[in-house]
Amino acid sequence: MPAAVQTVPLVATRNIRKSFGTVEVLHGVDFEVLPGEVHVLAGENGAGKSTLIRILSGVYDDYGGDVLVEGRPRRLAHPKDAVRAGIATIHQELSLVPTMSVADNLFLGRELRRRFGRVDFAAQEREAALILAEMALEFPPRLLVAELPLSSQQLLEIARALAREARLLILDEPTSALREHEVESLFARLGELRRRGRGVVYITHRLEEIYRLADRITVLRDGRVAGTAAPAELPARELVRWMVGRELGGGPAAAGARPEGPALEVDGLSVAHPEVAGRLQVQDISFTLGRGEILGLAGLQGSGASEVLHALFGALGTRASGRAALLGEPLPMRDPRTAASRGVMLLTNDRKATGLAPDLSVTHSVSLTSLPRLSGTLGWVRRRAEAEAVERVTRGLRLGVPSLAAPVWTLSGGNQQKVCLARCLLPEPRVLLLDEPTRGIDVGAKADIYALMREWVGAGIAILLITSEMDELLALSDRILVMHRGRLAAEFPGAEATKERVLAAAMGHAA
Amino acid sequence: MSGARFAVPSWLNAPVARALLALLLMMAIGCAFNADGAFFRWSVHRDMLRQVSTFGILACGMTVVIVTAGIDLSVSSVLALAAVCFAWLTLPHGWPAVLAIPVVLAAGTALGSLSGALVARMRIQPFIVTLAMMVFARGLAKVVSGGQKITNYVTAADGTSRTVELPAVFSAIDSRVLGGNLSIVTLVFALSVLATWVLLSRLRLGRYLYAVGGNQEAARLSAVPVGWTLVAAYAYAGLLSAVAGICQAAQETHGDPETGMGYELDAIAMVVIGGTPLSGGKGSVVLTLIGVLTIGYLQKILSLNAAPEATRLMLTGAIIICAVLFQRGRR
Repeated sequence: MPAAVQTVPLVATRNIRKSFGTVEVLHGVDFEVLPGEVHVLAGENGAGKSTLIRILSGVYDDYGGDVLVEGRPRRLAHPKDAVRAGIATIHQELSLVPTMSVADNLFLGRELRRRFGRVDFAAQEREAALILAEMALEFPPRLLVAELPLSSQQLLEIARALAREARLLILDEPTSALREHEVESLFARLGELRRRGRGVVYITHRLEEIYRLADRITVLRDGRVAGTAAPAELPARELVRWMVGRELGGGPAAAGARPEGPALEVDGLSVAHPEVAGRLQVQDISFTLGRGEILGLAGLQGSGASEVLHALFGALGTRASGRAALLGEPLPMRDPRTAASRGVMLLTNDRKATGLAPDLSVTHSVSLTSLPRLSGTLGWVRRRAEAEAVERVTRGLRLGVPSLAAPVWTLSGGNQQKVCLARCLLPEPRVLLLDEPTRGIDVGAKADIYALMREWVGAGIAILLITSEMDELLALSDRILVMHRGRLAAEFPGAEATKERVLAAAMGHAA
Repeated sequence: MSGARFAVPSWLNAPVARALLALLLMMAIGCAFNADGAFFRWSVHRDMLRQVSTFGILACGMTVVIVTAGIDLSVSSVLALAAVCFAWLTLPHGWPAVLAIPVVLAAGTALGSLSGALVARMRIQPFIVTLAMMVFARGLAKVVSGGQKITNYVTAADGTSRTVELPAVFSAIDSRVLGGNLSIVTLVFALSVLATWVLLSRLRLGRYLYAVGGNQEAARLSAVPVGWTLVAAYAYAGLLSAVAGICQAAQETHGDPETGMGYELDAIAMVVIGGTPLSGGKGSVVLTLIGVLTIGYLQKILSLNAAPEATRLMLTGAIIICAVLFQRGRR
């Protein structure tokens, strides 16, 4: 299977660098794909995989270093440049038009014409049939794309890329939304591409896929290439070590926090996929969160960890099933209002999209969830009580803003995050569900939030924590649960958890 | 951003300051084109206030809906339905006003609630829901009135016709107090502004309205009852449409199923000119009040100077665009 050593790479990068503002995220990456090769690109969240892919797709025009296409340097400053160079990227979100037919989608933007610019639908359908046959896809060219299952849509997108003479296909976690048998059919097609001398860059977080598909594996770590090797030379243990780096070090368990009885008991929690019927994002999860405990929930993208938090908060409604109990009393996972009134609060992982209304003032944002408590008859807001409560909780969070009347969009990211946290804290919750509490904020604000979390558990609040920063997870968690593809894969007491063990479990490698 | 190429003093960043400046500008234009001093007479201003009052009442309800990032196109039809129902109950049926008014207000609120429920529970876009309600309510107004204006010339079941005396409530609503200086309709408008201000600035529901308009998903995940909030917004717009409808019937001394055509667009324009963006989550009824006055003065100045209808329409269109560009903040 490995390609001949002397072949010219389809695409190669030499010393690629890329900065966002003053922060360099790629520090000179050398990477190449040979004809007939499936090259897996692996790395932790934030290692630089997406940035590298985007450079190859022509998204950025300000990267340093060279991209060589079949040995010749090419500047990929625009997505069109990438298409011309024969590079096609298939993202998780597909770029097909669901309301158009398969044939129309295949020829979108380069329609076959008759005289006077009329589209030659008959010719398009004949051509489309050939393209589909070549890919062994068995659906008629006239079918609407919306009627195809997701896997077929993905394969159709690949077919379209190939019909446009793409020689290098970049697949970004293509199996995350597929069922088992759909994955098989995708893999079969990839095998075919390999035989025909095309190149594939394949990004995945799943070890089983890496070892089934890869001809070679390149691991990125902190914007550098940690190494490139054939799978036979790189056992899973070593692969994980490349991903996390050598600086190991177990997590210092949070000081003094001693669980005293369960705060939240979860039994058989499952979450249905929002779009794919019959697929589960979370499958039969059970665990107990103790009072005054920080329980870390680890998992790579698509593991279902975030869905667990949303389900417990009631934000997923009927998609969630299973039982939960709060301090021994059943907790219906029905809607957020019920959860909030019972003392469960959720901090979402994207403050812009799901956390804040940008024009609300700090005060109004913080008090929003607690308004039933802060208003009297007819819903008249007791503004003095509100101001005092907001004052108190924001002072506790060391929120440094000139005015609590300022709209939250004027605040820095760290302060916005503290506003979200303040809203969760004001109702004096018993369980905090924190999804990425330190995402996108500066080091000072992070340190503040770490200290505060310790304070809160000291006061008996239980915290269920998701964070993609491994150091943070290890440093804060009393215990770590690891999820892989919607299931619990492993559990580590804080003292026994290491980066390697957590990551291996998160990738589906039995510890 | 494109709106801020020229340097503006910082106090102008407050939306209220901008809206007021636009209003002052409009009044300055009025002083310049004063139609031989007519613009300086108090009666002109008093009449302007009376003429915009019905629109202003609609604009108050519209503000609440727009704060939720919605729109209510049905206010004019609900106004017509309320006018017809009010005339129908009080003239041929002879209901006393104390009974007729609550019934009509309840009907307007109910139709608004229905729109709100469709927006909130069925997840249909507000534009479409209220477009449908606009057509439906207009039809209902014609059903109630039999397609005719309902006047005090009443045809009984046996075919005989007679003229009933116009109930006192009609003239009462159309009258003026304070030595003829304040019309009751203007007073109703002022009360609507006050009530809307209380709702938006002092009540829990007001907070929910802004939160839902600013980021519906964030509001839901902050335990805000999003569905009820939306229902309440459209119900309130329906209620104020009915209030405006009763005023309209009293001023016209009959219930006309064709009345108020296109008023919803004037109401939207007033809200937008005031500076409340259609994108929701911000704005206030104070801004709307200023917007109502700005448009009111524009119309007044044009009519004082005997500008033809065509000019009036074109200028109003141009002013809406100018006002929105002017209102655009430095985000």
